[in-house]
Order: sequence, then structure tokens, then C-alpha cells
Amino acid sequence: MPRLTLVTDGDRHVVVTRRFDASPEAVYRAHTEPALVRQWMLGPDGWTMPTCESDLRPGGAIRYEWRNADGAGFHLTGEWVALEPFSRLVHVERMHLPDPTPDNHIETRFEADGTGTLMTMRMTLPDAATRAAMLETGMAEGMEASYQRLEALGLAV
Amino acid sequence: MDDVFFALSDPTRRAILSRLTAGEATVMELAEPFAISQPAVSQHLRVLERAGLIVRRIDGTRRPCRLSPDGLAAIEPWLAQFRAALEANYHRLDALLAPAPPTQEPDRCPD
Repeated sequence: MPRLTLVTDGDRHVVVTRRFDASPEAVYRAHTEPALVRQWMLGPDGWTMPTCESDLRPGGAIRYEWRNADGAGFHLTGEWVALEPFSRLVHVERMHLPDPTPDNHIETRFEADGTGTLMTMRMTLPDAATRAAMLETGMAEGMEASYQRLEALGLAV
Repeated sequence: MDDVFFALSDPTRRAILSRLTAGEATVMELAEPFAISQPAVSQHLRVLERAGLIVRRIDGTRRPCRLSPDGLAAIEPWLAQFRAALEANYHRLDALLAPAPPTQEPDRCPD
């Protein structure tokens, strides 16, 4: 059931679409309320989000921290730019690995689609090299690999 | 792939790649916007070249650099990995959004 599409657009954008069998309000809440976000935004199996903080107003801070069973971890910080219940979100985020990655500007739209919701997430990176770095990082899978590489480089403490 | 990851992990090297999207450049031209020496830039260029992200040609004493035609374009495998991470997320979200089974007490979302 190919409900997810993921495409690059130009040099700096990545566009993700996904349909959900729930109302725009439910999907919007799952993308904003920390108690819900921490239950699903985990990447590959084996990761948890022990810290999930989000100040849901323009300029409000976002902080998500992930851990796996081996004790490896990383975190994300960001800021909300716009929150329009239950149709549109704009935020900026960056990973800390531990050095911060360049800002990823993300606009997420939620549109009613029959009995469900069509979500469209448009990411804007500063340039093509940063976009490539983000895609290769691939969230937690890439993180795990990056920690292994750090160990191989003798940089991990 | 490891070489590429290492090459892209450094902000100066990403900036050099960005500069090269505007066209071919020499070491001196690349060093100009950065507060680092030409030898340091040359070191970065060696990393980028080894990763297959740039190519260099010989022009007398100059060795101008340009983006490799295959370098950053080869992001398909990374898209697949990113996609897999997103799929895992959204499968969990589907489960979260599914109506609670009728045998359970209905959960009420706080308003």
C-alpha cells in the first residue's frame, strides 16, 4: 500500500506526502502534542524518546531526545514558526550530532481527504550538500552508523 | 558511502560544495570566503575528491575543482533509507490514530 511518497524538488527541497485514516485534527495533534509525538516519531525500531518538549506557540522551543537500548542517543532542537490548527504547521529544526546540523525549515499541511487526511511536508535545506547530508543521515539508522563511525575514528568518549 | 558521510559531516566542506554549484573554482578562490589557509582548504578538497563528490583537472599549475556529475546526484540510496525511517514512524502513527477497540474504556483527549 504505497501511501508514502518522498521526492526531492530542486536542489534544496524534500517533499513527503502521506495519507492517514483519521481526521486532520487527530493527525495535527499527533504532530504537535508531546504525549502523542513521543509514541511514534522514533525512526527504526529500538529507539525511544525520553524527552519530548514542545512549546506550542510561534517562537516556542522544541526539544526531542532519542535513546536506544545501547545507550546511544542524539537530540533535536527547533522553534515553531506558525501553528494553524488543524491545517498547517511551520517549524525549524536541527539535529545535534553533537554539532548542530544546518537548519531544516519544514512546512506541514493537513488536508481533509475523504474520511482521512492528506499530509504534505515540505523541507527546505540551505543547499544541496546539506540536503544530501540530511538524507544520508536518515534519522536514527544513520545516527547509529555515525556513532559506529565515530568510535572507529576514536572520537567517541 | 562512509567517505561520503565523512565528507558531508563538515560544515566547511558543505560550504565548499555549495560554492562549487556556481561553477568551477581554484583553491585560492575557494579559500577566500573562509578564515582558513589554502593548505587547510586543500585538505578538505582531498576529502571531497576521495568521496567522489568533486573532480579536479590540471590546467598548467592550477588544479581547478568542480562538482562531480555523479556525486550529490547519487542520493537515491539515501532517499530509500530516509523513506524507511519515515515509514516506520507513520506505521506507528497509524496505530495511534486507529479507533480504540470497543472492549476498552474510550480514551478522551484533553481539550
